[in-house]
Amino acid sequence: MPYFGSEETVKELKRALSNPNIQSDRLRYRNYIFRVIRSMTQGLDVSALFMEMVKASATVDIVQKKLVYLYMCTYASLKPDLVLLAINTLRKDCADPNPMVRGLALRNMCNLRMPGITEYIQQPIMTGLRDKAPYVRRVAVLGCAKMQRLQTLTEIDATIVNELYGMLRDPDPVVMVNCLRALEEILQAEGGVVINKPIAHHLLNRLKDLDSWAQSEVLTFLLRYRPRSEDELFDILSLLDGFLQSGHTPVLAATLRLFLQLAAEHPAVQVDALVRARGPLLNACGAQSRELRFAGLCHVQKILKSQPGQYGAHYKRFFCSYSEPSYIKFRKIEILVELVNDENVGLVLEELRGYCTDVSLELAQAAIAAIGRIGRMYSEKCLDILTGLLGLKQEHITSAVVQTFRDLTWHCPQSTVLVCRAVEGCEETIQDAEGKQALLWLLGVHGGKINSAPYVLEGYINGLKSEMSSAVKVELLTAAVQLFLVRPAEMQDMLGRLLQYCIEEESDMCVRDRAILSYRLLQCGVAETRRVIQGPESDPSMGVIIGRPEEPVSNWVSTFNTLTPLCGRVTSPEPTTSGCTNHTTQNVVADPLAGTSEETEVYTPEDKQGVIGMSLGPTLLHEDFERLWLELKLSLRENLGFPGPRSSPETLQAALQLVKMQTLAFSRADTLPWKAYIYTHCSGTLVLAELLQPTAEPESDGMVLSIKQKPEDRQVLQEFVAVLKTVLQTLIKGTS
Amino acid sequence: MISQVFILTTSGDHLIYKDCILVTTILHKGMHFVHVKQGGLYWAASTKSNPSPFTVIEFLNRLAALTKDYCGSLSEKSVRMNFALIYELLDEMVDYGYIQTTSTDMLKNFIQTETMSSKPFSLFELGNVGLFGAETQQSKVAPSAATSRPLMFTRGDQGGNEIFVDVIERLSVIIGSNGVVMKADIEGEIRVKCYLPGCSEMRIGLNEELSIGKSQLRGYGMAVRMDECSFHQAVKLDEFDAYRILKICPSQGEQTVMQYQLCDDLPCAPPFRLFPTVERDIGNRYEVEEMVTYSNYCHFCVALNVSVTLPIPKGSVSLSQELSSPDQSAELQSKNKALQWDIPRFPGGAQLSALFKLEVPGLSSASLQEVGPVSLCFELPKHTCTGLQVRFLRLTPTQPGSSQRWVRYVTHSDSYTIRI
Repeated sequence: MPYFGSEETVKELKRALSNPNIQSDRLRYRNYIFRVIRSMTQGLDVSALFMEMVKASATVDIVQKKLVYLYMCTYASLKPDLVLLAINTLRKDCADPNPMVRGLALRNMCNLRMPGITEYIQQPIMTGLRDKAPYVRRVAVLGCAKMQRLQTLTEIDATIVNELYGMLRDPDPVVMVNCLRALEEILQAEGGVVINKPIAHHLLNRLKDLDSWAQSEVLTFLLRYRPRSEDELFDILSLLDGFLQSGHTPVLAATLRLFLQLAAEHPAVQVDALVRARGPLLNACGAQSRELRFAGLCHVQKILKSQPGQYGAHYKRFFCSYSEPSYIKFRKIEILVELVNDENVGLVLEELRGYCTDVSLELAQAAIAAIGRIGRMYSEKCLDILTGLLGLKQEHITSAVVQTFRDLTWHCPQSTVLVCRAVEGCEETIQDAEGKQALLWLLGVHGGKINSAPYVLEGYINGLKSEMSSAVKVELLTAAVQLFLVRPAEMQDMLGRLLQYCIEEESDMCVRDRAILSYRLLQCGVAETRRVIQGPESDPSMGVIIGRPEEPVSNWVSTFNTLTPLCGRVTSPEPTTSGCTNHTTQNVVADPLAGTSEETEVYTPEDKQGVIGMSLGPTLLHEDFERLWLELKLSLRENLGFPGPRSSPETLQAALQLVKMQTLAFSRADTLPWKAYIYTHCSGTLVLAELLQPTAEPESDGMVLSIKQKPEDRQVLQEFVAVLKTVLQTLIKGTS
Repeated sequence: MISQVFILTTSGDHLIYKDCILVTTILHKGMHFVHVKQGGLYWAASTKSNPSPFTVIEFLNRLAALTKDYCGSLSEKSVRMNFALIYELLDEMVDYGYIQTTSTDMLKNFIQTETMSSKPFSLFELGNVGLFGAETQQSKVAPSAATSRPLMFTRGDQGGNEIFVDVIERLSVIIGSNGVVMKADIEGEIRVKCYLPGCSEMRIGLNEELSIGKSQLRGYGMAVRMDECSFHQAVKLDEFDAYRILKICPSQGEQTVMQYQLCDDLPCAPPFRLFPTVERDIGNRYEVEEMVTYSNYCHFCVALNVSVTLPIPKGSVSLSQELSSPDQSAELQSKNKALQWDIPRFPGGAQLSALFKLEVPGLSSASLQEVGPVSLCFELPKHTCTGLQVRFLRLTPTQPGSSQRWVRYVTHSDSYTIRI
């Protein structure tokens, strides 16, 4: 690139361009103009040649004309006085018999950036609007918008606006679309072009004549139109129906958005449109152009928020291909997690397992985290895979697995036993700070179930001097204190050493303060420490097991087919991998029940949709449930007369959640006696229930339902029993 | 609405920079940049509004395709040489940030600059052998470089009487460790590249026993099936339902006439099978892998540039190999922890085997889990997995002189994975 010696280049070009010998030789002259444009593209300032270039514009050679115009548009703002010299040539060209020359001159004249140009271009634009060649009309219509932008302060010219509205009926499709675009620009302050009923129907009828770019743009303009009646709405939808299957992705996406937005009141129509657009969207996700694939995937992700089941059968389309760039692979992994269901879970996990040993560390870790998220629903299968990965003894894999374990025990308490067995012996492989923090958290919270926990902590305490990360040290302090409460004999000595080191020798204030805090807390006595430190061991709400509730389409439709879905975070959206200390502190609430009795009337709007006004919130902690269960009298005991459903406990839980009953705990599917504990808030009362399947023979007594209630309300109780029975019977029918 | 269009090299140099809406300085704040990568160049557009990403991406892809049509090939060099032509193209395609037209038929009336080729057109131009390989230059096969030639619109001198119809299929296959095909998707397209200056109508006849959609009756099992297909806007389908004939008036340049998909149900056996055995040698230092591949396509097809990539345990030090012929090669890529086995020519109905011995210090039984899955890259000319064929190609009115019509088939591997 000729950044150096640019002055010489400009001088040489200037000399050559003003040389009459060269000027008379067409090819040589054009070649020098080529060189000027090339230098301009490369970032060289060649504005000094403006005079010579203006002279070169007076030619019959169209190629040369185009190049000179390109030059003039770039430098016009720097040399406004010299531009006036060129205006004459341009205006003469605007009257040329060749429509191409007319259009070219008019377009470039409107592109010149200089004050006062409007008085020269207004007349040619008005003539251009009535030109018989569509090419010139296209240019002139956009010229109106350019003119408006050049004179921002002046009033909107009503005659031009009317003229443009009239030209929406122009026979040339591009002229029509350009009119829309120009009006949109000119009327920006007033909210853009107005799409009334005649215009909307005119546009809809012309849609078939347009090329695909114009189609997608017109469809976007039509978003503004609200049909007056149902009949009109369905007429429009049936007219657009064919475009939902368009092979051209921009048209497809624009049509889909228009469909979803027009049919906002008709959810069934929306679902139908999404189903019909599924095939073409899947094709976009497999398109040859990587970038198009990415855009397609991002939009599928949006749709999955409302319709998670729709793509479940097509999960194989989202398997990563060997040669894809990682930004596509990450999106695909996220999508795979979202569309997992009972049928495809085995194959999806097998595929994800393959990514865990990928050469890219980020991809491997994303895959492991994805398996962990699936594990909240299908914990056993995922725990097998994750435990198997520990056998590889690779730093990054072990670290990611342990982090996943931590999140899994938090969200899914039934996995704790297996996790505790698996993490023994991991400490040697983990090298990075995040992995260490996760391991320490597990040792602190579940240390009672991990035999080697004190020895692992001892190892960390002995190596404290060489530990760099203060986050690890803080986590170590928390874990040591927590484990001390459970296994005091083994921990006392090393906790003392740890506190001493951290208080006396540690230079990081954060760690030191934490150590002092722990020390003072211990001084208050063990009982007090236990009350403060020990929180719940798992997510009390457990709502995540069910997965997110389906979002209404209207939540995302306004950003559909814009850049917004693409701008989201590429990495896993779950924030759980950070700051695990939050888990222990945020739930230290003195008396959580104090809230439950007062807040029962405060429903959020979505909770109200439950049957007989049942609601899930506020959540009840395990220990509170246990306490209440022991405190309260039995309100009802009933033999349901049918056995428990054969479906998995997760299905039962999901089904109950639908009718706003929260499952607090349940035994595993194959154990006997089988038990489940359920609660719900209902018209100001709290209903607790136990389901018990005492024996193996399904023909025998059937399930026993026991209910306790606070405060008592017979009517609510009966309704609760009725709803619960319906759910159970539906499940039994579904599985038999 | 697009504010600016750029074509950049990978190192960030501007090759083309067009400012569409009168902003001289680039505002980074509140501006979106959308780019695609094609031909080793970045094609970027900036915008201040929040437009449809599909539109911008497709527009940039179209710009790249048109540049390829006009300049012959896509490379930094060809763009540099033809910058005036590309400015001219952009000037007609986009006005004030709005897409005006991208159809070759419309554009050819306005484009005046002539293409600059780096050297006179030659059949054996090495840089262009990529797609179909120099090997296929037998008497009846179109030369591979034939389509990497600029369109010459105004002059009909140099072989301007050709039309190419390519049936291209991309295959993505996963074969499980037990040999069961777990996933097999085909994405296919029929692409027409037309050099004929005036061609009013072309009729492309496809297999008559072509069935579309899962539900249709399958006939006697010989039928060609596809799940879905879509056509170019300009294709007339009045004879498609009855006779499977596509009618189109091809404009000069390249266009995709038809796209089709077939999912999860390959009509024939997948083109390659692989039988790997992985063993751990005594002494915890060596790992022995034996790979046997079979090709399942007919004997007169030859797959080209087959490369087999096998992920291997971390820490592999050295590789010794026994390959079945001297033109093959294998190398250890420690950076990607993979082993790559290249087979330049793989004839149909053949069996090739290779034995690799890897030295891995501290090999444990768990490290064997890191081996695999194997991925294959290949191109397979003269073969379509769906069995789609072009029965005939008729031009009306019949072209005076010698118009040459070429039909070519090729299957590419989009992703071909075999689990171990």
